[in-house]
Amino acid sequence: MPTVTSVAASVAASSAVSNEVPASLELAPYVILLPLVGAAVLLLAGRRSDRWGHWLGLATAIGSFVVGLVLLVGLLGLDAGERVYDMALYDWLPGGTLDVGVGLRIDPLSVTFVLLVTFVGSLIHLYSVAYMEHDDDRRRFFAYLNLFVAAMLVLVLANSYLLLFVGWEGVGLASYLLIGFWYRERKNAVAAKKAFVMNRVGDIGLIVAMMLMLATFGSLDFAVVHEQAPAASLGIVTAIGLMLLLAACGKSAQFPLQAWLGDAMAGPTPVSALIHAATMVTAGVYLVVRSAPIFDVSPDARLVVAIIGAVTLVFGAIIGCAKDDIKKALAASTMSQIGYMILAAGLGPIGYAFAIFHLVTHGFFKAGLFLGAGSVMHGMGDQVDMRRFGGLSRYMKVTFVTFGLGWLAILGIPPFSGFWSKDKIIEAAFVPVEGSEWQAWVFGFTALIGAGITAFYMSRLFFMTFGGKRRWNDGSGDVDGTGPQQGPVQHPHESPLLMTLPMVVLAFGSVFLGGLLAWGDSFVTWLEPVTGHAEHAEPVLPVWSLITLTLLLVVGGVILAWRQYAVADVPVTAPPASALTRAARVDLYQDAVNETVFMRPGQYLTRTLVYSDKEVVDGTWMGGAALLGTVGRVWRKAQNGFVRSYAATILGGLIVIVAVVLALAS
Amino acid sequence: MELTHYVVLSCILFSVGAATVLLRRNAIIVFMGVELMLNATNLAFVTFGRMHGDLSGQVIAFFVMVVAAAEVVVGLAIIIAIFRARRSVSVDDVDLLKS
Repeated sequence: MPTVTSVAASVAASSAVSNEVPASLELAPYVILLPLVGAAVLLLAGRRSDRWGHWLGLATAIGSFVVGLVLLVGLLGLDAGERVYDMALYDWLPGGTLDVGVGLRIDPLSVTFVLLVTFVGSLIHLYSVAYMEHDDDRRRFFAYLNLFVAAMLVLVLANSYLLLFVGWEGVGLASYLLIGFWYRERKNAVAAKKAFVMNRVGDIGLIVAMMLMLATFGSLDFAVVHEQAPAASLGIVTAIGLMLLLAACGKSAQFPLQAWLGDAMAGPTPVSALIHAATMVTAGVYLVVRSAPIFDVSPDARLVVAIIGAVTLVFGAIIGCAKDDIKKALAASTMSQIGYMILAAGLGPIGYAFAIFHLVTHGFFKAGLFLGAGSVMHGMGDQVDMRRFGGLSRYMKVTFVTFGLGWLAILGIPPFSGFWSKDKIIEAAFVPVEGSEWQAWVFGFTALIGAGITAFYMSRLFFMTFGGKRRWNDGSGDVDGTGPQQGPVQHPHESPLLMTLPMVVLAFGSVFLGGLLAWGDSFVTWLEPVTGHAEHAEPVLPVWSLITLTLLLVVGGVILAWRQYAVADVPVTAPPASALTRAARVDLYQDAVNETVFMRPGQYLTRTLVYSDKEVVDGTWMGGAALLGTVGRVWRKAQNGFVRSYAATILGGLIVIVAVVLALAS
Repeated sequence: MELTHYVVLSCILFSVGAATVLLRRNAIIVFMGVELMLNATNLAFVTFGRMHGDLSGQVIAFFVMVVAAAEVVVGLAIIIAIFRARRSVSVDDVDLLKS
């Protein structure tokens, strides 16, 4: 077991992480401070800031993004080998052998996240100004959004697992507050609680991982832990890896902790776009990639990561095929896409960069899709049932076009963003691993088939919303069969500029970002200081055949969806369906399983404990008291108040004593 | 005359006194029964003192007399107080102690 002194010596010897931060990066703390101050002001100022609070929230988010840009420029101005910095801020818990400091890790990975979070965050702040305009609590909403951005930035900028955990819990809190933002409706409060509790299950993994690190390495700093990981015993490192994976599963809604994400859609749509699509749920991917040195030591842990990712990507895709709620369908898609990222991260050095690449492009197009869904809901009186949409392309042109571009991006049609990132993951999944060739085939075909299912359910979503015939009541009262005349009267209309502007910007990202970052492998090269250089490996099938196969599957999925949901009539109520569809409609029984396996036994356990507490513990003492009471009640009858009766008792007692004495004496 | 006779007499006196205390209701009579029992014990003390040939039995008899005198003073005072309050000296009327 390494001692603390040897740890310190080895850190000093390591040249990969520098502690001397150049002047160009010294602004880093302000990335976090700006939104944090924004949240504090908005929460403390209360109703006084109702009129300008949302603009302050937007300003801090944009300011944070500008600082992020400064960091990016600062890093780009340095040599590729010198782009990893640990910036010590102050001693948090100085405790002899255990010294916990607060510090920031500034490297290509964290700056990538900073830019993603602040850029998408700023756009969603802007969108929310209009989306939440008629909500009395708009200021509170912006306070929580700012709090979320600050916490997320702490998470990605931390240079130790402990500070990362602070951000980890911070985003969990913000997520809880925002899912339950409309807490007066019981359903929303329950969804918030569900997300919070399931996230806590994952957090236990992170806590246990940190305990193992402390016991093994004596430190929680990335630099120390990652430096020491190869020297530690394989069992411990595997355990740490699996615990980190548990944490990632909780935060990123991966199997088996995925059940909360669908219900999290109870929150306002901008929240779903920012937290439950673009940023927070991808924190699990960040954690795995950040802990790459740990997973590199333990191939077993990495294999489990890849399996979890593969299972989830199919799981989410199947659920997405059957959901009629537009936001829940998108949530299932998010789950599935994060499954791709986790799968890529589980593939090791060849996959880390692609996991982050897909994370970034996904952050753009999925946020765009969610904002589009929000725009549709805005125009349709908060209707979320896609069976009640249809033919909306004529009424919401901007939403239709931006949503369509996001749809093409997630499908992976070249040259849209999703193609560059998802295709790389599929290629990487097909790369054979020495010693276990089956992995390449299993993971490769899972990713391939997942792409086909993705194409089907996203096209289904797209055609049900924008294509086909009108399935909502336009109030015209015509009975010529162009649409149903029941249900609330809808007047679909395009959203205001403040809402369409972010959608347009994100649509641009959906179109160009992938190609831009893939140009000359620039993004992969940019991440190399963190993820390490991976030699290009050949997949088991030639690359051109993989791309062709993927595209064929995608086109097949689109055509299938087009025939079923654009050409044919879509019933207004969900028709009876096969067992698989019925299962997918209820999220593949994930809630039923959780309830049967965990909740019910838990309830029985607590009920048994309460019962035994009542009967055994309380029963012992209450029974003793009752016994004494009964004895007292019986004896009280002797106290009748008659002097002569007392005298007779005394005499009787005396006679008994004399008799006993005489008997003993003889 | 055998000393045993004194012991037997003492027992008879004690029994008469005890029976008086238990059976009579009038507080004054009960009191007299108590006196009878005390004197029965005095007689027993003196007899046993004589039997063993030392004086401690006789000394204790004096103590008992002193205590009996004091007891009579207090007891009669209580009886008079009760009589004043209730116009009755029946011991069965004074049963408030039970509650």
